[in-house]
Amino acid sequence: MPAFPAAARAALADSQLRRNLAHATGTIRAKRAAVVAEVDEWEELRLAGAAIKDNTLRHLDEHLLTLEAALQERGATVHWARDAAQACEIVAGIAKNHHVDEVVKVKSMATQEIGLNEALAEQGITAWETDLAELIVQLGDDLPSHILVPAIHRNRAEIREVFRRRMAAAGRPAPDDLTDEPAELAGAARLHLREKFLRAKMAVSGANFAVADTGTLVVVESEGNGRMCLTLPEVLVSVVGIEKVVPTWFDLDVFLQLLPRSSTGERMNPYTSTWSGITPGDGPQEMHVVLLDNGRTRALADSVGRQALRCIRCSACLNVCPVYERTGGHAYGSVYPGPIGAILNPLLKGVGVDEQTDSLPYASSLCGACFEACPVRIDIPEVLVHLRSQVVDAHRGGAPKPEAVAMKSAAWVLSDARRLTFAERGMGAAGKALNRFGRAVLPGGRRAVRRLPWPASLWTGARDLPAPPAESFRAWWRRTGRR
Amino acid sequence: MKVAVLVTCINDTMFPDTGKAVFRLLRRLGVDADFPEAQTCCGQPMVNTGYLDEAVPVVRAFTDAFAGYDYIVTPSGSCAGSARHQHSLVARRAGEPRLAETGPKVYELSEFLVDVLGVTDVDAYFPHRVTYHPTCHSLRMLGVGDKPLQLLRAVRGLDLVELPAAEECCGFGGTFAVKNADTSTAMGADKARHVRDTGAEVLVAGDNSCLLHIGGLLSRERSGVRVLHLADVLASTEEDA
Amino acid sequence: MSARDEILAAVRGALRDADRAEAPVPRGYRGAPPPADVVSLFAERVVDYRATLSRCTPADLARTVRAALGSAENVLVPESFPVDLGGVADADDLDSCDAVVTTAAVGIARTGTLVLDHGPGQGRRALSLVPDVHVCVVREDQIVPGVPEAVALLDPDRPQTWISGPSATSDIELNRVEGVHGPRTLHVVLVGP
Repeated sequence: MPAFPAAARAALADSQLRRNLAHATGTIRAKRAAVVAEVDEWEELRLAGAAIKDNTLRHLDEHLLTLEAALQERGATVHWARDAAQACEIVAGIAKNHHVDEVVKVKSMATQEIGLNEALAEQGITAWETDLAELIVQLGDDLPSHILVPAIHRNRAEIREVFRRRMAAAGRPAPDDLTDEPAELAGAARLHLREKFLRAKMAVSGANFAVADTGTLVVVESEGNGRMCLTLPEVLVSVVGIEKVVPTWFDLDVFLQLLPRSSTGERMNPYTSTWSGITPGDGPQEMHVVLLDNGRTRALADSVGRQALRCIRCSACLNVCPVYERTGGHAYGSVYPGPIGAILNPLLKGVGVDEQTDSLPYASSLCGACFEACPVRIDIPEVLVHLRSQVVDAHRGGAPKPEAVAMKSAAWVLSDARRLTFAERGMGAAGKALNRFGRAVLPGGRRAVRRLPWPASLWTGARDLPAPPAESFRAWWRRTGRR
Repeated sequence: MKVAVLVTCINDTMFPDTGKAVFRLLRRLGVDADFPEAQTCCGQPMVNTGYLDEAVPVVRAFTDAFAGYDYIVTPSGSCAGSARHQHSLVARRAGEPRLAETGPKVYELSEFLVDVLGVTDVDAYFPHRVTYHPTCHSLRMLGVGDKPLQLLRAVRGLDLVELPAAEECCGFGGTFAVKNADTSTAMGADKARHVRDTGAEVLVAGDNSCLLHIGGLLSRERSGVRVLHLADVLASTEEDA
Repeated sequence: MSARDEILAAVRGALRDADRAEAPVPRGYRGAPPPADVVSLFAERVVDYRATLSRCTPADLARTVRAALGSAENVLVPESFPVDLGGVADADDLDSCDAVVTTAAVGIARTGTLVLDHGPGQGRRALSLVPDVHVCVVREDQIVPGVPEAVALLDPDRPQTWISGPSATSDIELNRVEGVHGPRTLHVVLVGP
């Protein structure tokens, strides 16, 4: 995967993608703003959400043990997985014990993060994604580009093409007369997946929340595919990141308000399922919960970065991000794109290891729109800046990059007014020349530069640069005796 | 009341007129402000790019230059935001708590005028059609709200037109503008288009760094729109017209 | 060392230097003033999310539910449902059933949500999922103002299904489309005194 700037360049050149994203993010931003404005106590809910999550993280070991005991007491089997490979092995093992060669899946970020579908496929087990957008991505042999709406980069005409060309190979084909009306596309998915729901013996889910004291898992969804998976098969495996814990049932009164309004921009999502272990005569009679670390304890150890573990995966930060809106999710090279992805990936994986991960904290103009929208008040700009310093520190000691040399030089000049004065004199001389020969004239009469060699070409590739003034402010101050 | 002006490194080197405008404006309002000549930069370019060690001597110079002032006024939301919210980071890194002590005294220009001096009409005259871009750090890091607009609305002759999608980032973002030049200019191009759509002659903002970027795009597009700092507009009088 | 012990040790290691004091959680939202008319707000919000709404008195309930079922023939009527409609209490082949009628445990006004806790009159979870029509009966005295009141009333040991409008998706260009996997028609019968 290329580093963010290169991946972004490719995405920016795709005008269809830019239109799809601008339309979709514009729509969801307006919806979110409207339903958030309805709630007088929204800011207090955000504070409450952040405080509950922080308190939970501070005693995560205790809450995990409480959760484990509560789940076991209610008939579920609890597994622990240190990393992706362990988690996938556990799920595959359960499938093999039941001799199933297919599972139905509820949309889940944790299982995408660990590459579960690919791992199951290697063992001869097919995982069917049942969320509409995930189905579009899976059938189209594509990658998700958004946390909530993984096919946000596709428009209706493109989706119709995927259904017409690919559905038949996976099961019931798309109707011959399928149009690109969203209702018809949804209807085709309903028919295609229903036979899978009715025959599946095993389902895999994630969980939006795991309540420690009651062992309750919560799945928030819209389409009913989640309910199908959670209630029809005989065996249910839920892969749950260890940061999904909330201490008590009553804490859900905050998150079930924050999440739907922040994610789909609705007062409430169509379906929320909660269950506490096995209910005789209702739903799966065998349940497994896989508690997943996969870098979360690494993130927890970072005193500034640990706030990222409050994330409830609503994707509000993606929808308001001006960078995401223009590059889309693929440029981030992870199932977690956008502002939260720019901090979560480095926190989970560590910095200084690969260039792609190290490029993510820089994939932001630090405009702060993400922090403002975040329902659990993750100060994403603060964490971005913090991670940038980790990236820089990880590369200290080796051969310095041109950027490091430039920064060191700038700091040397800017830490002493006499050095700055001297540098400004040089700029003033250049400015005098440019003011005579500069090609462009800015409105107001100032000369500007159109083309400079690298690295300044990174600026002048698209932007004119005003010529430096012949006299700096401080030179004027001294000359006119204002001091 | 001892007042100093943090002109900022970018204004000092690239936009001296803005610095001059701040002093002219403050003098007109009866404030005798100093320009501590030891000042250089707030350290933000280093901090935001991840070079915390490199930021330490810069913030130390900042702290020394502005010791002893009650108010530090600056024509930059971004530099005010950095001083107020990021110097504590640098102080922790350096193990020098005093490096965090000056930041809280820094006020962005519109905050100083409206909150400290209590004025919104600064007796300015600027007979042009103007649109205003609220820069991200003044808007979201400092929360200056509509203070710049209150000041602009009181300027005689000024025709203020609303900028569509005003609160969206212009794409400058410091070193982001060169590290992610393509994304930065894609964002800036949309901002420039919104500016052109207003039919304004002048785009005003509280940060010359953002204006360097938007203005550079507007100039490349030969749009004819001029960019000006809020301070330059507020300092204008009939004599300048 | 087991994965369990490794993870717990890693958590404790990560928090070694952390401040482990509990931060106060503001709970003022729980005392937010209720809307003036909880029942009409519920009715309004239910309709806003594209459910069909009928209002009736207990005496009229049987007739109203039958009208809501329309031409549905194969109707699931869970045990203890308050009205005798014929139908069957459960079925192996739920996909062949046209409609299901249930009661609910709680209604939430601000969000237009019905909560089923799958007690008497509601049946197991799959009943209200597979048939294409769901007629849900809720009494006015079951309506609470908001989510906090509902969470406080409900028993987490029971499985729950929170339903807000018919099955829907926003996965195509973020436009809401009703009717994916769950019932495409949700008919809410609100029973007043």
